[in-house]
Amino acid sequence: MLTTKTFLRKTKKGNILKIVREHYLRDDIWCGSSICRKCAHQDNELILEKIPLSKNKIFPFPHYILLDTCVVLNQITVLEEDALCNVIILQTVLEEVKHRSSSVYKRLKDIIGNPNRKFYVFVNEHHKDTYVEREPGEKVNDRNDRAIRVSVAWYESHLMPNKGDRKKKDYVRVILLTDDAENKQKAENDGLLVATVGDYVRHVDNCPGLEDRLSQHNTTYELQAGGREPLFPSHLTPSQIHEGIKSGKLLQGSFLASRENFLEGQVSVEGQDKMVLVQGCVGLNRAVDGDIVAVKLLPKEEWSVPSHMVLQDEDDDSGDVLEEEDTLIKSRETQVEKLPTGHIVGIIRRKWRQYCGILQQNPIKGSVRHIFVPAEKKIPKVRIETRQADTLSNQRIVVTIDSWPRNSRYPLGHFVRALGKIGDKDTENEVLLLEHDVPHSKFSETVLSCLPKLPWIISEKDVQSRVDLRHVDICSVDPPGCTDIDDALHCMELENGNYEVGVHIADVSHFIRSGTAIDKEAALRATTVYLVDKRIDMVPELLSSNLCSLLGNEERFAFSCIWELTQEAEVVNTRFCKSIIRSRQAMTYEEAQMKIDDLTLQDNLSKSLRGLNSLAKILKKRRIENGALVLASPEIRFQVDSETLDPVEVETKKLRETNSMVEEFMLLANISVANKILEDFPECAMLRRHPKPPLSNFEPLVKAGRNLGFEINIESGKALALSLDNAVRPDNAFFNTMLRILATRCMMQAVYFASGMVQRDEFFHYGLAVPIYTHFTSPIRRYADIIVHRLLAVSIGADVTYPELLDKRKSQTLSHNLNYRNRMAQYAGRASVALHTHLFFRGKVQDEQGYVLYVRKNALQILIPKYGLEGTLYLSPHKAEKLNVTFVYNEEEQTQKCGDVSFRPFDPVTVQLSLDQSNLQHEKIIMKLVNPQILGFSVPSVDSVKRKESDKDLEMEISDVSTSPVRKKSSKKQKTK
Amino acid sequence: MAGMHLLSDQGLRLDGRRANELRQIRCKLGVFSQPDGSAYLEQGNTKVLAAVYGPHEIRGSRTKSLHDKALVNCQYSMATFSTGERKRRPRGDRKSQEMSMHLRQALQAAIRVEVYPRSQIDIFVEVLQADGGNYCACVNAATLAIMDAGIPMKEYMVACTASLGNGDVPLVDISHLEENSGGPNLTVAALPLSGQVALMEMSQRFHLDHLPKVVECALQGCRDIHQILDQAVRRHIEVSGAVGWGIRPQVKL
Repeated sequence: MLTTKTFLRKTKKGNILKIVREHYLRDDIWCGSSICRKCAHQDNELILEKIPLSKNKIFPFPHYILLDTCVVLNQITVLEEDALCNVIILQTVLEEVKHRSSSVYKRLKDIIGNPNRKFYVFVNEHHKDTYVEREPGEKVNDRNDRAIRVSVAWYESHLMPNKGDRKKKDYVRVILLTDDAENKQKAENDGLLVATVGDYVRHVDNCPGLEDRLSQHNTTYELQAGGREPLFPSHLTPSQIHEGIKSGKLLQGSFLASRENFLEGQVSVEGQDKMVLVQGCVGLNRAVDGDIVAVKLLPKEEWSVPSHMVLQDEDDDSGDVLEEEDTLIKSRETQVEKLPTGHIVGIIRRKWRQYCGILQQNPIKGSVRHIFVPAEKKIPKVRIETRQADTLSNQRIVVTIDSWPRNSRYPLGHFVRALGKIGDKDTENEVLLLEHDVPHSKFSETVLSCLPKLPWIISEKDVQSRVDLRHVDICSVDPPGCTDIDDALHCMELENGNYEVGVHIADVSHFIRSGTAIDKEAALRATTVYLVDKRIDMVPELLSSNLCSLLGNEERFAFSCIWELTQEAEVVNTRFCKSIIRSRQAMTYEEAQMKIDDLTLQDNLSKSLRGLNSLAKILKKRRIENGALVLASPEIRFQVDSETLDPVEVETKKLRETNSMVEEFMLLANISVANKILEDFPECAMLRRHPKPPLSNFEPLVKAGRNLGFEINIESGKALALSLDNAVRPDNAFFNTMLRILATRCMMQAVYFASGMVQRDEFFHYGLAVPIYTHFTSPIRRYADIIVHRLLAVSIGADVTYPELLDKRKSQTLSHNLNYRNRMAQYAGRASVALHTHLFFRGKVQDEQGYVLYVRKNALQILIPKYGLEGTLYLSPHKAEKLNVTFVYNEEEQTQKCGDVSFRPFDPVTVQLSLDQSNLQHEKIIMKLVNPQILGFSVPSVDSVKRKESDKDLEMEISDVSTSPVRKKSSKKQKTK
Repeated sequence: MAGMHLLSDQGLRLDGRRANELRQIRCKLGVFSQPDGSAYLEQGNTKVLAAVYGPHEIRGSRTKSLHDKALVNCQYSMATFSTGERKRRPRGDRKSQEMSMHLRQALQAAIRVEVYPRSQIDIFVEVLQADGGNYCACVNAATLAIMDAGIPMKEYMVACTASLGNGDVPLVDISHLEENSGGPNLTVAALPLSGQVALMEMSQRFHLDHLPKVVECALQGCRDIHQILDQAVRRHIEVSGAVGWGIRPQVKL
């Protein structure tokens, strides 16, 4: 069969265990080169070109490139450029990369998968001539380096033509690229061609931007002044960290930077309720948001509280000094409960990714060193080197972080690509899609080829396999302008006085079959993302707006859930079926409301709507009695100019009775389906749960309520709902809504999960107060619903299963992706609203009513319900500015006082909004206090006097919605499109 | 996730085999002189000894004796040093008992037991080193030992395992590493020429759609192993002639 040799590998682990594994060496691994005549290649294995054209000046002959591991790890952005082709990746390298960084590994795999790049993976570890055994005492790294050199030498001799037909021109060399000096030296001694990446890249023709993309990983960062002490304490070595965590001296957790204060952050330690607070540059010790870090807790007497300060890193380039921070962070009053505080002593794993942002040019002309300011405030500024600063200065760019040496104030990084002009709406949209990791490229040809051919007709076979409901008076109710209609309803009175109610959901799973390209794409996208002026579809438009959409008077496939309900809305029986329906009319909420209200209308449709409405009211009442929460979040809608797509007017979303009518039945359908699929698939049903938040989450809410004399009971969902209902102040109509907004922020995120992976009693949906829940009703815009449709179809015998559907681990992996994409889609949506708010305020000055949401030590956080905007209002003077009024902060009562004016949470205020365009790169909305008036502080309203210069004292920046401290938001909205 | 990356993009498994390749098999018949038949078999790093005594009269209580066929008695044991961590009991634990039963089930189906009514055949197998596919190695070694003992069989009884890599590629003859990575594990003991299956066992689950190809993969493995065993038997006979083929060299008194 094959030549196999058995080699033994011995590894020791734990209590010394000898593991002996076989390692087969093969003689059928080919070199992958088209020039080679010795190997018995299959055609599809010939990846490397016969005579690769050299674009390099120092190596002006045909050659292949072979990469060292560190090159792949550090210079992946260079590799992603099309300039480097004909590259050999050794298996040794691939394995090491996989081990060290899964993100780089994934990117490398993407490159390898691209046939144009001509990357060949050579399995050197199993090749009989290139396998290298580790010598006694040799380190793994040294052994790998040696293996790489052996492979280079093998390639060189393998590609060397026989003496007889040696012709100069078809003679391909192999060049090893390495940044490791020792490896380079050894390779040179062996007589191999070798270069550093830097040298190689600098001599590539016709690729100007390539050099900028070089990672700064190895270049040591020297201080301009030189000779100063390192700014940060050094990190512990991995073994020290490992030991520390084992002995309990150190804690491991992921670092979450504060959005408001760049010198503060928290570490969420696994298995601990409370987060560990870290403060100050030294305390943070070069951790970047998302990193997995090791923290050392400080002794109890040094514990601290979050500083209540809003701080931004405003310095242009502070050089390498750390600011005087003691004044900033020392707010160690005794009366408040202190949080566990610690210092970060080591980084376990970096979670660096690519960041969008802008370039802040170096004031020194001609310098190549610049500062990059990320769009996300949680991320520190980054030092980069680029020669294209002039063209990039007014563009949004993408940068990646390479390293953060101890003596640098900021991390070092390199330029990846430019997105477009700042302020341009397309660029900004692109930025927010990228920042939120939303896949938004056009659907590929393979995906589009999965679509059904037009004209699409219903065949005889389809009719036979489905229940024909075309005779039933079905209608759909949706927001205006909705083109992806995925649900429709009907209601009929039965002879026994009961009602038959049906919910008909677009049968997307009929068109999206498992395993097809379109299915994979939809699973990746997971959800349709709604931006203010744009919709990023999960499935191609032909499906989302036509074949699947339940348009009025069109025959469509549906998945129906039909109940018999009593007059009291008790479910008598439930059935599910695949059906064909014809919606009589696609209505808006308003139209449906009018039909219900107009009692002169006695047609079937109006009657059925009235029936639905009355049943929905009973359902809703019962649900609220069970303890379902009614929460609020400021949601707004932009009236967009039809031509320029610029926002012209803002309105908050209105809620009508019909909204909740549709919502109730969708909830009922979801619950019924959840029960059904769990019954049939106890292990792999895709469900949705909403965990009860830990009590500590409610602290701000309880505090805020207590300050105003309301006791908020948080023991159970029902108690909470009740106490929220009771907290009404006659003098402040918005008070209750504000409390509900606060309550929303205490909530956990609802998540999808596979039923086999979670304990049964954790299935509970807290917000809706139901024991089990899933998503069934929006398959056009959510992938989870498609999975649920498939499960339900199997359980009613309308479809067959496939392996992945019944694998609970795969379902769980899938639901992780769905959860992640959903969260990102939500953030992207909010960021889009913020972007449009900025556009809306261009050249406008307006007075608006707002409310104090939180009182901070040096600022007020204000919510403007009309725009759903939340901002920080600084009360203490900015640097170099004098303020002739002082505010007194009372932490206990959460108030800010100035003279006889005091601010408490939920107090109404009037503020003046305008857009500060002085900094082109960073437009922000400025607000000035109008009412209550404070002499020398507030400004007159726009109407009375035209605005004067002089008062720069009180400004309020509107933080981007994405960066406002909205962390947890219940995804209670079932029906918001 | 476990069981996901048993097969690399280049189509090689963790130890460098392709999906349809067996581990290296080495075997020897007639390794002991005491028993009537014996064999030693290596399947990769899994190493097994088998010894066969009989057919002889029923030992112990006569009640066990069967009037129409021979009683096949199997004992499976694992040497204490056979696994990574030292085993406490070499035999008699639940797992070994189960293995013994399974061995008996498979071997009884291949041996022509009806030729020896009211008698007993003892088969002892000992795993010296366990590296996945222990049961298969035992069945294969026992088959060789029975051959060596000259006991008539219908056909070679051959066993092989198969698994599923990357969710849909069947892998043959899985090693300990692959067994432990959490994928499904199908064991088949079959008569390769007639294609009859004597025993089939599976741990873990996979979708029914995969079953035919995984079973086919295991059966193909059985056929390949059969070839190797057959060669070994033929070579053994050529080399040692009648010696070791049932007739022991008589010790001259």
